[in-house]
Amino acid sequence: MKISMDIELTDIPGQLVLALKPVSDLGGNILSVLHQRDKKTPSGRIPVQLTLEIGEQGLNRLVERLKERDVNVVRIGKERLKESMMVLLIGHIVHTDLGETIDSIDSTGFAEVVELSLSMPGVDKKSSASVTLSAIGKEELKEALNILERTVNKKGIMIIPSI
Amino acid sequence: METKLPKLVRISIVGLGNVGRGVAEVIRRKQEEITRKYGIDLKIVGVADLPGAVVDENGLSEDAITKFKSGETAEDMTTLDMIKDVEHEIVVETTPTNVENGGPGLTHIITALESDRHVVTSNKGPLALQYGKLMDLATSRGKELKFEASVGGAMPIISLIKDNLAGNGIISIKGILNGTCNYILTRMREEKLPYEHVLKEAQERGIAETDPSNDVAGRDTAVKLVILANSIFDRNVSYKDVEVAGITEITLEALKLADDAGYVIKLIGEVDGGGSSGECLKVAPRLVPKDDPLNVEGTLNVATIKTDLAGDITVIGKGAGPIEAASAVLSDIIGIYM
Repeated sequence: MKISMDIELTDIPGQLVLALKPVSDLGGNILSVLHQRDKKTPSGRIPVQLTLEIGEQGLNRLVERLKERDVNVVRIGKERLKESMMVLLIGHIVHTDLGETIDSIDSTGFAEVVELSLSMPGVDKKSSASVTLSAIGKEELKEALNILERTVNKKGIMIIPSI
Repeated sequence: METKLPKLVRISIVGLGNVGRGVAEVIRRKQEEITRKYGIDLKIVGVADLPGAVVDENGLSEDAITKFKSGETAEDMTTLDMIKDVEHEIVVETTPTNVENGGPGLTHIITALESDRHVVTSNKGPLALQYGKLMDLATSRGKELKFEASVGGAMPIISLIKDNLAGNGIISIKGILNGTCNYILTRMREEKLPYEHVLKEAQERGIAETDPSNDVAGRDTAVKLVILANSIFDRNVSYKDVEVAGITEITLEALKLADDAGYVIKLIGEVDGGGSSGECLKVAPRLVPKDDPLNVEGTLNVATIKTDLAGDITVIGKGAGPIEAASAVLSDIIGIYM
């Protein structure tokens, strides 16, 4: 997936190469680098904007490696999840492994559950939840909804999507 | 100046429930106006209900119909004999819907078309089960089979699409086609009362039937979708092809969560043309943004028709009630002669 990332380098030579090397090591592809040598952050670091293509697993390891190399990661392309929708769930949401339900979306790499409100009126009663899904594009959002529908149908939970 | 005599249009009404009696009433109420405006003279020459039929070639009076309904006068003949043997132009079929086998309504419609009479019906069962066969029969006889009252009651949708939107490709239709469900969901949200409580209230007010399952389980909406799928989209589907969920599981908490996020919950029926554009034929509770035209309250029905030229068209109207349904029947009758 395509992501953008803002990083900050210490102001000594060779730092940019040091920061970019893990990207290719992890199978990523650098799409653009915006490096303004004359700009500095208040703490005296050099800001760099990266756009790159990398998998979800690779991204997590990239962030770790950058930290190891004293590169500050100040922002990871939050806007990559551009499309959102809300759905309601009604049923035994918690007792049918809520964690697994959320994971079914989060593990896709292209969509996430970004918000969840739960209302539990009583132990034996059905719970209701509103779930906000975000995805990197319209098609991915539709696919995320399909995955969620399949997951909750198996658990006997009713899903109410928007029109 | 030449004065043209109005054209005599003789009608029989089969099924004297609320809708059938409503049709008799609006014809009586509007008779002069219709003659003046459209040049047709509507005359009810026969009515039929469970015990049989009563006929009068000079036109049945209100009194005669009431007496027949209350069982005070003996019947003249059977329903099918009336349809076949009494000379008239239009059979109005308003017996109750039966989606299992079409009920007697199916036989009434077939007999009427085979006897070379036009048919105007509010009965969903025969249309949902045998749409293609019935339309073929009507065409082969050179007669009309009209059914505006079967979907959305007074809300025009079939003729709106076939006549006013002629030339447009219809992409999809979605909407609220059951007033009972809309009433229940509206009241639950407004009064924060649980489903069972509001259902009971709706039954006391005559909005929900004693056995409400047809409405609340989404079956009524599904049958109407089948009629739209076959008549508007030329699909060849039946009731069992519809994916159906009802409103019985909707909780107050869900309505509150929806409300907090700017939505309401409505029972929405959705149908499209099938094929490459999708295969949607489903009834389910859906989140509707509060500012969407589909967010109508109480017992109202609503439908948004997505077209290729005109964009989205939304119609809102009363989905139920004897006079409202009779309004759709009457416009179908007049439509045959326009």
